[in-house]
Amino acid sequence: MSFIECVDLTHIYNAGMENEMLAVENVNIKIEEGEFVAILGTNGSGKSTLAKHFNGLLLPSSGKCLVDGMDTKDEEHTYDIRRQIGMVFQNPDNQIIAAIVEDDVGFGPENIGLDPHEIRRNVTAALRAVDMEEYRHFSPHHLSGGQKQRVAIAGALAMNTKCLVLDEPTAMLDPRGRHEVMETVSRLNKERGITTVYITHFMEEAAMADRIFVMDQKHLVASGTPREIFRDIGAMKKRGLAVPMAAEMAYRLQQKGIRITESIINTEDLVRAICQ
Amino acid sequence: MSIELKNISYTYMPKTPFEHLALDDISITIPEGKITAIAGHTGSGKSTLIQHFNGLLKPSKGTILVDGVDIGKKNTEAKAARRKVGIVFQYPEYQLFEETIAKDIAFGPRNIGCSEDETQERVKQAMDFVNLDYDKYAHRSPFQLSGGQKRRAAIAGILALQPKYLVLDEPTAGLDPKGRESLMEKFRRLHKEKGTTIVLISHNMDNIASYADNVIILNKGKVTMEATPEEAFSKKEIISQAGLELPEVKTIMNELAQNGLEIQNNAYTMDKAVEEIIEALRRKGKC
Repeated sequence: MSFIECVDLTHIYNAGMENEMLAVENVNIKIEEGEFVAILGTNGSGKSTLAKHFNGLLLPSSGKCLVDGMDTKDEEHTYDIRRQIGMVFQNPDNQIIAAIVEDDVGFGPENIGLDPHEIRRNVTAALRAVDMEEYRHFSPHHLSGGQKQRVAIAGALAMNTKCLVLDEPTAMLDPRGRHEVMETVSRLNKERGITTVYITHFMEEAAMADRIFVMDQKHLVASGTPREIFRDIGAMKKRGLAVPMAAEMAYRLQQKGIRITESIINTEDLVRAICQ
Repeated sequence: MSIELKNISYTYMPKTPFEHLALDDISITIPEGKITAIAGHTGSGKSTLIQHFNGLLKPSKGTILVDGVDIGKKNTEAKAARRKVGIVFQYPEYQLFEETIAKDIAFGPRNIGCSEDETQERVKQAMDFVNLDYDKYAHRSPFQLSGGQKRRAAIAGILALQPKYLVLDEPTAGLDPKGRESLMEKFRRLHKEKGTTIVLISHNMDNIASYADNVIILNKGKVTMEATPEEAFSKKEIISQAGLELPEVKTIMNELAQNGLEIQNNAYTMDKAVEEIIEALRRKGKC
């Protein structure tokens, strides 16, 4: 059984009203436990809508979404599903609510009525996991964007979440912040086996995933390993996307008659191919 | 002419426990007719700095000259000078407020006293420029647009003011690759066709590499470098101290050079990089 499974999932906003809008159509997706998947697609392709189904923030208009075997439509499971899946959004300032970092991280556990000692333990462990323990008494608005996003991730971890869904978590960050977040997400996935769904417009970030899903105009149009997905530069561009810089460079060199037979998705690949 | 900052310092909440020196004795020149990029990590002072360009913030110390006029003065000349500078803030779509797109874009021109005919003409031009079809979109609510379209509608609102200096704060944040490229190409066209001076605030060094004539690097409220892209990107130390990164293309080229490919290593854009690599391979007799 897959950890997250969407079966013929369709979502229509404002169904039956004048401003009805089809956002996602007939998507079938399986995400295994412990997997790191990236979702790519242009603005408006439906990727955020899809991701909001994973913890029942949105419910399918037709089809279904199963999390750990539980149907998100079953209200009795909503609670369990949300505990297992933590979400992190693009704007760090919109998701931090408390005046002190540790209060913010402890908000979730407190809300579900955990014992105060356990809350404290969870908060400490979560802050340590994102390398923010020394900031526990800081006020969030004194943190950088990357630090705020790590606090948001800690908030999910404090709930012992099994899965993180991150919707463009680095879009507003500077290069250092982007690295901090990427490094943290990738470490949590490797060391703790946290299932990770990562939505991004940055191809270099997607290249770090185990698998990539590509959305285009409300449909899931491709899935595969980064090497499989980034091999077809033409298709990616046609969909308004791109490939990592090193892949693009290899492609341009090939166009000019340089023989590169290996598949290239990062700088190391390219260096190996050219300097061999 | 130019925007000239002379010894600008700015302190947030002076004489309180929260006093914070955001800009520390900054002297820079934004030359007319060029694309100047300002880069720096979050909190380096970029946004505080650009708010000085048209008098939204008054410096704690120092003066700002726009085309030679001190914009801190209280006279009509200073007011006219401030209006030469248009600023598009980060996520400008959050500032859309009117019932229709045309009304939203018309707000600026109307506010600076354009006649109704002139205003409508400017609205049409601005919408045309950002590829929003006037007949189709003018009377729709801006809130029904997609994210990318909203961004363009908001930018059109500033373009309708026809600023001589256009300041863009992270204009492509949150857009998909195609959206990023097409928006940047629009600014390049504006620059070429109308000679608009552009100030580009960005973290994206590859964007800076492709578009900018000059680069200004800020770190902790100070200018650490004012240079051409080529010069700036050859100083990796200063760039990383400022919390930034080299353009991806440059990083790849550095790696190739370190691994024995004999390139000149001056390239920081894709086209130039490809040329350099082919040249090097040719010399080696590899192609």
